Amino acid sequence: MLTIENLHATVAEKPILKGLSLSLGAGEVHAIMGPNGAGKSTLGYTLGGRPGYEVTDGSVTFMGQDLLVLEPHERAAAGLFLGFQYPVEIPGVSFVQFLRESLNAQRKSRGEEPLSGGEFLKLAREKAALLKMDMDMLKRPVNLGFSGGEKKRAEMVQMGILDPKLAILDETDSGLDIDALRIVGEGINAVMRRPDKAVLLITHYQRLLDYVKPDFVHVLAGGRIVRTGGPELALELEERGYEAVAA
Amino acid sequence: MSQALAFPTRGQEDFRYADLAALEPLWPVAQQRIVLAAGERGAEAVIHTGSEAVARDIVIELGAGASFALHLLNAGQGYGRFAVQVTLGEGAEFTLGAAQLAGGGQVLEVVTQVTHAGRDAVSRQVVRSVAGGKGTVNYLGKVRVEPGADGTDGEQSVRAMLLDRSATANNRPELEIYADDVKCAHGCAVGELDANALFYMAQRGLPPEEAKKLMLQAFVAQAFVGADQEEVLLEAALAALGKLV
Repeated sequence: MLTIENLHATVAEKPILKGLSLSLGAGEVHAIMGPNGAGKSTLGYTLGGRPGYEVTDGSVTFMGQDLLVLEPHERAAAGLFLGFQYPVEIPGVSFVQFLRESLNAQRKSRGEEPLSGGEFLKLAREKAALLKMDMDMLKRPVNLGFSGGEKKRAEMVQMGILDPKLAILDETDSGLDIDALRIVGEGINAVMRRPDKAVLLITHYQRLLDYVKPDFVHVLAGGRIVRTGGPELALELEERGYEAVAA
Repeated sequence: MSQALAFPTRGQEDFRYADLAALEPLWPVAQQRIVLAAGERGAEAVIHTGSEAVARDIVIELGAGASFALHLLNAGQGYGRFAVQVTLGEGAEFTLGAAQLAGGGQVLEVVTQVTHAGRDAVSRQVVRSVAGGKGTVNYLGKVRVEPGADGTDGEQSVRAMLLDRSATANNRPELEIYADDVKCAHGCAVGELDANALFYMAQRGLPPEEAKKLMLQAFVAQAFVGADQEEVLLEAALAALGKLV
């Protein structure tokens, strides 16, 4: 589904990713762990196409097409969802309006019919219930006045509504209490644990992986994947620390 | 009748940023007077989105306890100037909600002078301007509180959004206070669309022009909150925004 080969990327001309290679198959959940400054968030933003994150070498193929030539909104329409570590507040624009327009823009570019207001609300209600989020919160401006945990939960509701092929979740577990972590973990499983979907979890800690069992765990350090293993690698990291394991 | 018949010069503060060449064929501008007796209420919505230049001079006198709301969409393709002079009597209330959208090379401006002549009057001005291309948006607004007009509550909230580096916004909220017990707030900001929000919206699938439109719509809507004709104003603004981004 996603093949990253020898990816080099710079931010403000500073090299951050230095030859990262990674391959995700359909139906797989991969976790990327690593110390601060290793390039974890940069990987997410680079795949999302954020302005200022410049690819200087390497290639990324997503669902058989060159991801790097697509604009950010085209990547979304192709099925790539990026869960933000710090979801952005948008005053005056409600979640409902924002998501309906986003979903319909995606559908339009895929040659599908737009959803009517009623159809969209039904879908939104269903996904909000799945993540135990009050539907009234989706009538409020995007992320405005939401707590850290509510923002992350709202990210998962958006993922449920937009129904991507690949979700790259950047520290979705940060700022969550134990109950919210479980709900978000179950939400990821419910939405993304499908044979035709894949998940890339970017995280610092092992605890989210108790709920979302990864098939592969990668250690990212110095802008490259330095080790790959199964779920047991996460436990080893937790016990011995990045320095010992990545060395 | 304070309207000078002599054609203005750039030295006059109220005309400092005006498009005088476009104003000349419209001069002299006839005054429109709106007079509300004590306790009367009134409202007017003005929508200008045409291609011709326009200059209006509106004088509003509010008696004790009268209230008037003026909502304005200044979004024509030519020069657009709205000068508004308001005098508030005791306990009167005046609301101005104005949105300006300039996308070409035109100059759009709102020039206000709000005089609190009696006690306990309230004035609220909310101005939201958007300029792209070589467009210019101006707001020159003075709130004057006369001696003895204690208990005055005056507010000016003025914000402009620049879509391109070639666009210009001139915002000048001004206070002239001759009374002691007065509450006058003014906020003034010129900014650009939040790049983080634009990327966030793009990542969810919105093409850039749709994302910009959605954000600008929310920005402009702040000027029309509570207007009798809120929906009509919003719809016209949305259509004008469509041409801007």
